[in-house]
Amino acid sequence: MATDIMLTVNGGQHRLAVDVRTTLLDALRERLDLTGSKKGCDLGQCGACTVLMDGRRVLSCLTLAVAAQGAEVTTIEGLAGEHDPLHPMQQAFLEQDAYQCGYCTPGQIISAIACVKEGHANSADEIREYMSGNLCRCAAYPKIVAAVQQAKPLMKGR
Amino acid sequence: MRPFAYEQAGDSSAALRMTANRGASAQYLAGGTNLLDLMKIGVAKPVALVDIGPLRADHASISVDADGLHLGALVRMAEAAEHPDVLRDYPVIAQSLQLAASQQLRNMATLGGNVLQRTRCNYFRDPSWHACNKRDPGTGCAAMDGVNRRLAVLGTSAHCIAHYPGDFANALAALGAEVTLLSPEGTTRRILFEELHRLPGDTPHQETNLHPGELILGFHVPAGPWTRRSLYLKIRDRESYDFAQASAAVALAVVDGTIQQARIGLGGVATKPWRSHAAEAVLQGQRLDEALAHAAAEAAFRDAVTHGENAFKPELGRRTLMRALLQAATMEIQPNA
Repeated sequence: MATDIMLTVNGGQHRLAVDVRTTLLDALRERLDLTGSKKGCDLGQCGACTVLMDGRRVLSCLTLAVAAQGAEVTTIEGLAGEHDPLHPMQQAFLEQDAYQCGYCTPGQIISAIACVKEGHANSADEIREYMSGNLCRCAAYPKIVAAVQQAKPLMKGR
Repeated sequence: MRPFAYEQAGDSSAALRMTANRGASAQYLAGGTNLLDLMKIGVAKPVALVDIGPLRADHASISVDADGLHLGALVRMAEAAEHPDVLRDYPVIAQSLQLAASQQLRNMATLGGNVLQRTRCNYFRDPSWHACNKRDPGTGCAAMDGVNRRLAVLGTSAHCIAHYPGDFANALAALGAEVTLLSPEGTTRRILFEELHRLPGDTPHQETNLHPGELILGFHVPAGPWTRRSLYLKIRDRESYDFAQASAAVALAVVDGTIQQARIGLGGVATKPWRSHAAEAVLQGQRLDEALAHAAAEAAFRDAVTHGENAFKPELGRRTLMRALLQAATMEIQPNA
């Protein structure tokens, strides 16, 4: 059942042989060692697995790896190089302390970046509405909203 | 998840051919947000998936002209929800999409797939329950006397009370939309969207009138003097990212305070995308006030049948429709072009 696929992740190309049932999330985590994207519910309900595909935020747990070929996938690991400053959204999450356990945070940050780029971060209410697909069991929601608001003006031109 | 074969179709004729070759249990894969979910929980067991993602090249356009709104089946929910022409001329369509799911899901799910989403009935979604006429015909219905708070009160049968969970489809039904279907033989047919889904009756496993292998190509929402004065009101257990407990799709053509035409759809309360012709008839030619809205809401739920936990739904549905009508009547709009 294995099939050869080519994934483009964080600017790099990866050739893999996968069972066609493999989700993009499992390919990232188990095959490419990109364990930033988290498996929460694995049913598209929690948002912990959120990645960007061609700039759109999507759920990697409901995307087949084989169907992700040809798209530019960006994960939390692709936001800043090891020796680069953090992405403004990462920095804002740190400074606002926008998490407790941190498990949902990579999905929150990817989703928040897309939320700003889509133009859906114009008020606290709008941020709450457009971030509702990312659940936080620690309920750090007020600080997540604050982080998005802090990062938004710093993302101009990015 | 059970093993399956995967093929990607470059165009619609390839999709038809691949599906025909794979037989009855092959399925089209578009956004995958409902299908992969159902495969993971063991409810959907296709032998093959035919990925129709590349059909976006031909079937993902959005256009508004004198004839109405044209939506390709591969348009993503977020694209239609935020399209300026849809927002201006068909707000009920835009709102029904914007109020559904999360932005991640709206970025993935297509309109064609969205209208075919399956019920959220707990018993349907959990194969450890034996009794589900929709999942396994003839096994009975555990929901009748079970956890059925979300389930339907309109269009039910003695065999199934599973609700249709979507939003967009109720707006399509209300506005008299048509759906274009491509048959495995390569011919197209257009049917009223209201006729795409079936009532459960004694065959709740047969949810649509799609022929085997038939593919949805797109939707046409006819123009009319009611489309701009339209809205979708959705009542949920939580403020965002939830299915409707009750919703109303309302469109009104009002001249000098009199309703010339009304178009009404209901969600979260019925077994299929629901248009209430009975409520529309009450409104036609009348001036809208609270008493008339109440009469329309009474008509909409006259045939409601409840099953214990969902006994609150007719009243919630009536109030939802009343509020939607009163809001639509006072909406600020530009006159239709």
